[in-house]
Amino acid sequence: MTAPVKTPGKKTRKSGQESLVKRLTRQQLFIPLAALVLLVLFNLIADPSFFAVSIKENSLGNPVLSGNIISVLDNASELVILSIGMTLVTASSGGQDISVGAAMAIAGSVILRLVCGGQVNADTMHMNLFLALFIAIVVSMLFGAFNGTLVAYFKIQPMVATLILYTAGRSIAAWINNNELPIMNDLSFKYAGTFLPGIPIPTPVFITIFMIALFWLVLKFTNLGLYTQSVGINASSARLNGLNPQRVKLLTYMILGACVAVAGFIRVSRSGSINYSRIAENIEMDAILAVALGGNALSGGKFNIYGSVLGAYVIQFLTTTLYKYDVPSTALPAYKAVVVILLVVLSAPVVREKLSRLKKAPAKAAKEVS
Amino acid sequence: MEPILEVRNLTKIYEGGVLANHQINFSVEEGEIHALMGENGAGKSTLIKCLTGVYAKDEGDIYLAGQDKPVTIRSPQDAQNAGISTVYQEITLCPNLTVAENLYIGRSKGPGTSWKRMNTGAKKILTSLGIPASPKQQLGTCSIAVQQMVAIARAVDMECKVLILDEPTSSLDEQEVEKLFGLMRDLKAKGVGIIFVTHFLDQVYEVCDRITVLRDGQLVGEYVIQDLPRVQLVSKMLGKELDDMADIKSDADAAAVDPQSTPVLEAHGLCSGAGIKPFDFSIRKGEVNGFTGLLGSGRSECVRAIFGADHITGGTVTVEGKSAHIRKPLDAMKKGIGYLPEDRKGDGIVGDLSVRENIILALQVMKGFFRPFSRAQAEAFADEYIKLLEIKTASSDTPIKSLSGGNQQKVILARWLLTDPKYLILDEPTRGIDIGTKIEIQKLVLKLAAQGKSVTFISSEIDEMLRTCSRLIVMRDRKTVGELTGEDLTQAKIMATIAGGEAQ
Repeated sequence: MTAPVKTPGKKTRKSGQESLVKRLTRQQLFIPLAALVLLVLFNLIADPSFFAVSIKENSLGNPVLSGNIISVLDNASELVILSIGMTLVTASSGGQDISVGAAMAIAGSVILRLVCGGQVNADTMHMNLFLALFIAIVVSMLFGAFNGTLVAYFKIQPMVATLILYTAGRSIAAWINNNELPIMNDLSFKYAGTFLPGIPIPTPVFITIFMIALFWLVLKFTNLGLYTQSVGINASSARLNGLNPQRVKLLTYMILGACVAVAGFIRVSRSGSINYSRIAENIEMDAILAVALGGNALSGGKFNIYGSVLGAYVIQFLTTTLYKYDVPSTALPAYKAVVVILLVVLSAPVVREKLSRLKKAPAKAAKEVS
Repeated sequence: MEPILEVRNLTKIYEGGVLANHQINFSVEEGEIHALMGENGAGKSTLIKCLTGVYAKDEGDIYLAGQDKPVTIRSPQDAQNAGISTVYQEITLCPNLTVAENLYIGRSKGPGTSWKRMNTGAKKILTSLGIPASPKQQLGTCSIAVQQMVAIARAVDMECKVLILDEPTSSLDEQEVEKLFGLMRDLKAKGVGIIFVTHFLDQVYEVCDRITVLRDGQLVGEYVIQDLPRVQLVSKMLGKELDDMADIKSDADAAAVDPQSTPVLEAHGLCSGAGIKPFDFSIRKGEVNGFTGLLGSGRSECVRAIFGADHITGGTVTVEGKSAHIRKPLDAMKKGIGYLPEDRKGDGIVGDLSVRENIILALQVMKGFFRPFSRAQAEAFADEYIKLLEIKTASSDTPIKSLSGGNQQKVILARWLLTDPKYLILDEPTRGIDIGTKIEIQKLVLKLAAQGKSVTFISSEIDEMLRTCSRLIVMRDRKTVGELTGEDLTQAKIMATIAGGEAQ
């Protein structure tokens, strides 16, 4: 009953033989990129004037760029910065921080309290803006450390742990300013949230580019990526390789804290004031969505920060598009939900597997014919 | 006899183009135990996962007895409904559920569950198979062996026509294996076809009727057990004649240890939170020693304490004569100690990361957070060790989880070799991997010793330890009960020491 040994076949297929489509769909960035392309196409067909960029004078009489694209890049800033930190937290702890919106309120409140010097209506800056931002970053990182400690050392589910600050954060923000709503009237305070004199591009765009570049450098010149992923994939193994999983998790929550402070800074700089109960409302959900849209597993492990960044821009692009077609702001979430369902279902591994199978079959048939 | 399950021309290609199964033909008859043999990466696990719907096959058909058309199996549930049950090498039950819940999960017909009936039913199954667990016990609190037996009990209770056992014995001790074999023979008498995957040749020749051998994803052949002597089976699996064991032995003699030298590592009264009694330990340059004892005797806990992997509760350690304060793995690593853990999947690999990242991980952590290796440097390290240890992987970018068990183990070995340790602890490096790799690893251990490194080697297979170790520390009930060297290193003497009492 012995069967002869067959001649060994080819062990691997060359990647060149795979169809371009299949290789593309396997890319992590495929879904957010495809979504972006679809949105662009939709707008091009429906109304090409969507992409028009014009120069207008702002309220101060400075010439500035204006248009939907500028608005997308500008308004996505907070979300992009948050999604970077959220990606790291997700990767290391396999959960998300839902307190980022409330924490942004705290950071914004701290900054306003410092620059207004405790006054309700301040006309001049009472503290150097950079110093105020620095203090806000420190405070925010401490709150991040609080979340991180609960998650890493007390092993509380991230969503439950951060629910505490989610609930208490806006009250803390109000308490910092004695329940007053301080208003900063000095124009230079709004530079970071609007335009710098003489520069026609919104400042948040520059801050966002700076943050993306900063994390690109950090990931390149440190082991943050390797450590975070190792801990997120197999904490026990990471520990036996000399890592301290608790400390790595804590670190990611503190990094997210720093991102929150920068995002909060941009947000209060836009108006020079703060509304504790409404500022950055529900932004945590968009940040989590950006991470998911970027093709990152919400259960942690491997991550791609640029995926999340792209995801954040897609979300803002979608919002701006809907506004453009006069979707009332109350109906906006429903429209957004439909698109989000589509995107999330399409990016689910199960569906992608099916899709690549569908595309593989005809390609193979074609090859056999030839 | 009509085959109860037949596979025709089955092909499976993994993502990335690895051809894991190529045109496999395979059949199981009613009431036979059919061994599926092959080295790691030969495609056994892939074949089984295609049969059970875990993976979708790319080509080929599966036929079941009494059905003219090929069956489609898209999920493990489909396979169960078709009468194919599986017990995997790694525990695939839910550790946070009770034993009874694990036995019945996913099998209820209606929406309701009678907890009482479930628990009494479970009790009946457990007693009939002699499994020492109570239905309401949380599964995670049972030993690995008991968990494995619960998994088998679950499969058996599902009244399967085909039972697949994927290395069920790798974590069982001898008595438990016997119990399992008794069970397998009972099922065989009832007409169940059993597919048995194992690396233990003795076990194959003890219970099996026929053998199918795979190699490199291809079918080598199907044989009746009487027609295939052991040596031939091994050479068919390896595709070459088996290396002479004498080679290993002579190497062992070559490694001489200077008994006067300062020990590379010496521990006094070391104990840890894992429940190990205080123990003394020392190892010299170029020495290979080992811990032996039954499952759960505390072998692993000892080496974990040396490496600082568990919470240390007492004792002193000196490294090369100097007092060392080892409280966490990084301390040990900085002293030149490497540790390959027993549980490859749980403690060893970082599954989603690439082979390259897995190889550089330990050295990278030692180098520091702010000093990452350049991509080119990492590639160079990975390629060097992939070549050196002959790791079978599509590329250094492949996620380690898609490698076979033996190759995963080689990656973990590479990780520690890369740190150039003075002292390497290998806890069950040969568990669940094929003979070829087992021999390679044993040879490597002796080669390392010849280069002046010290190695502690732990294995459940005593002959492996006899072949490599010059000194054995015997453990019983979480304490050391003896130390054997020289002439005392015989199977009989070790058994006697493990058993204890007057036998010594």
